[in-house]
Amino acid sequence: MNDFSLPKRVDVAVIGGGPVGGLAACALAQSGVSVALIEAADPAELGRPGTDGRAIAVALSAQRVFDGAGVWPLMAPEAQPILEIRVTDGASPLFLHYDHAALGEAPFGWIVENTTIRRAVHQRLAALPAAHVAAPARAAAVERGPGGATITLADGRTLRAALVVGADGRASFVRKSAAIGVNRLGYGQSGIVTTVAHQQPHRGIAHERFLPSGPFAILPMTGNRSSIVWTERLHLADAIVGQDDAGFLAELETRFGDFLGPIALAGPRFHYPLTLQVAERAVCRRLALIGDAAHGMHPVAGQGMNMGIRDVAALAEAVVDAARLGLDVGGPDVLAGYQRWRRFDNLLMLGLTDALVRLFSNDVGPLRLARDLGLAAVERMPGLKKTFMRHAMGVVGDLPRMMRGEVL
Amino acid sequence: MANSSLPKRVPPARIREREGTASSEEVARFTAMAEAWWDPWGKFKPLHKFNPVRLAFMRRKLAAHFGRDEAAARPFEGLTLLDVGCGGGLLSEPLARMGFTVTGVDAGDKNIGVARIHAAQSDLAIDYRIGGPEDMDSAAFDVVIAMEVIEHVPDPAVFLGHAARTLKPGGAFMGATLNRTTKSYALAVMGAEYILRWLPAGTHDWRKFVKPSEFAAFLRAEGIEISEMKGMEYVPFKDEWHETRDLDVNYMLFGTKG
Repeated sequence: MNDFSLPKRVDVAVIGGGPVGGLAACALAQSGVSVALIEAADPAELGRPGTDGRAIAVALSAQRVFDGAGVWPLMAPEAQPILEIRVTDGASPLFLHYDHAALGEAPFGWIVENTTIRRAVHQRLAALPAAHVAAPARAAAVERGPGGATITLADGRTLRAALVVGADGRASFVRKSAAIGVNRLGYGQSGIVTTVAHQQPHRGIAHERFLPSGPFAILPMTGNRSSIVWTERLHLADAIVGQDDAGFLAELETRFGDFLGPIALAGPRFHYPLTLQVAERAVCRRLALIGDAAHGMHPVAGQGMNMGIRDVAALAEAVVDAARLGLDVGGPDVLAGYQRWRRFDNLLMLGLTDALVRLFSNDVGPLRLARDLGLAAVERMPGLKKTFMRHAMGVVGDLPRMMRGEVL
Repeated sequence: MANSSLPKRVPPARIREREGTASSEEVARFTAMAEAWWDPWGKFKPLHKFNPVRLAFMRRKLAAHFGRDEAAARPFEGLTLLDVGCGGGLLSEPLARMGFTVTGVDAGDKNIGVARIHAAQSDLAIDYRIGGPEDMDSAAFDVVIAMEVIEHVPDPAVFLGHAARTLKPGGAFMGATLNRTTKSYALAVMGAEYILRWLPAGTHDWRKFVKPSEFAAFLRAEGIEISEMKGMEYVPFKDEWHETRDLDVNYMLFGTKG
């Protein structure tokens, strides 16, 4: 794809071809908005299993966005539905139990590997005439002016776009190029991510355990495999991941338990320092930030990617509505609409997740009792529990059309 | 595919004295505001605000008339459109993006200057000319629009006569203006200009507002039959304009030439 010829001008240039940026490009191109996707890595490499250990819990509303963009059918065979969620607090006997059947037919969500999403997204882009992919390619400069932005690639090619979308992750170059600051909060924790194989089937049950060092999640994947998201104190995480396989497995087994029979390592292990960060602004002249470039969060509630997908749905709706009327898709009113829509939503979710982590990463006696009682109380109040469940599925609040399963 | 229908380069500016359809006071008034055309929160905020409702109406009616797919990215590819009184190009640009080959004509040379600069910045090829509809060839356009302009010309009947002449038989005409009612005086003149200060005081002269029946009569005299009229109303808590059946203040119309 090195020599892929780019058009001189597109409506939207998306910088960053990860799951969120790739999905944004699909959603826009599908509606006839011309898009150039600029991705630093080779798409063939991006989709190769083992290059990214993370798996994502795709909430129901996010699944609708993948579906609306024509990506879901390409990833569905490798998506494991979550049928039940069990939340426990350390050694406490009190626990929360969510069963999807209480809300209807649809599962809570699906566990999908990052690499699967990347592969599906790039497969979909290749089939969309309005999408142009430059990869591997790196944006070296972004100049924004009246009427459009000029993007200069590291190989010297230039491209004009009415709107630049920064989907280039936590260390976003696009964000820096616009001198948008970030507010960052460290947790002193690291997220260890890996995949295990187990003897017994998981029956679609996800487990979230609040251990003294932080949340430990077992997420069901296709086959007899589960994805592990294991939060550990920063100084310990290095040591744990750095052990040989046998040592790491032994450490993992003490937390995982034997309820699914013997377990074995089934993928590489990674760890990521956990920080909460929010860009000061999600928009600027002819520029919008989506996904981790705009907001990164602790993975405790599995909402990080889902928030990014919500960004995609909100931005795609604002851009496509403007494009249908022939309006400037990078105009200040379009961007203000996106910013208004996302800002409150993101801060609310970041606040909730942050509070949850602080509450559950603490082993102080009275706090522990309070949360045990809290969990038990939630279990006993069907109305409240339903609200939590609907939140986990992402079907709460004023949703963009794509998240409601409607066409753009 | 867009390249095949790009208009020829704009000929050297034909700046000449107006004796025809736009009064010099009006030209001076709008020219004074020209720089602010493209700021959605600037002096032309009201025009930007009701652009979506005007464009949605145009897109819907024109797609139906020409049998084009409304969901397509550029549904009007291959059709020509004349924007009479195009100002800074607030409608010309969106219509060009919808696929029309657009010619914009305006009596204010500063307006045309702003429009040309902005179209170039937006990489849009639009043929902007200083002048009025009387300067254009007969039966040259598939669509002619006169939006928010006839209330600013000295003789709307003469102005619309020229505009209608440029339309091909079977073509579509779209217009919009302010009705001459007590309500429009209260809202559009006192409200928008003096109370809310949306527009500079003196932008509109209420006596020159045109009733829907008069607008339709002017056009009928030129062989254009009006088939639909819609009002536009401002919804304060949403800060948006909506389509309505009430024609008392702002209204738009659609007609075809037999």
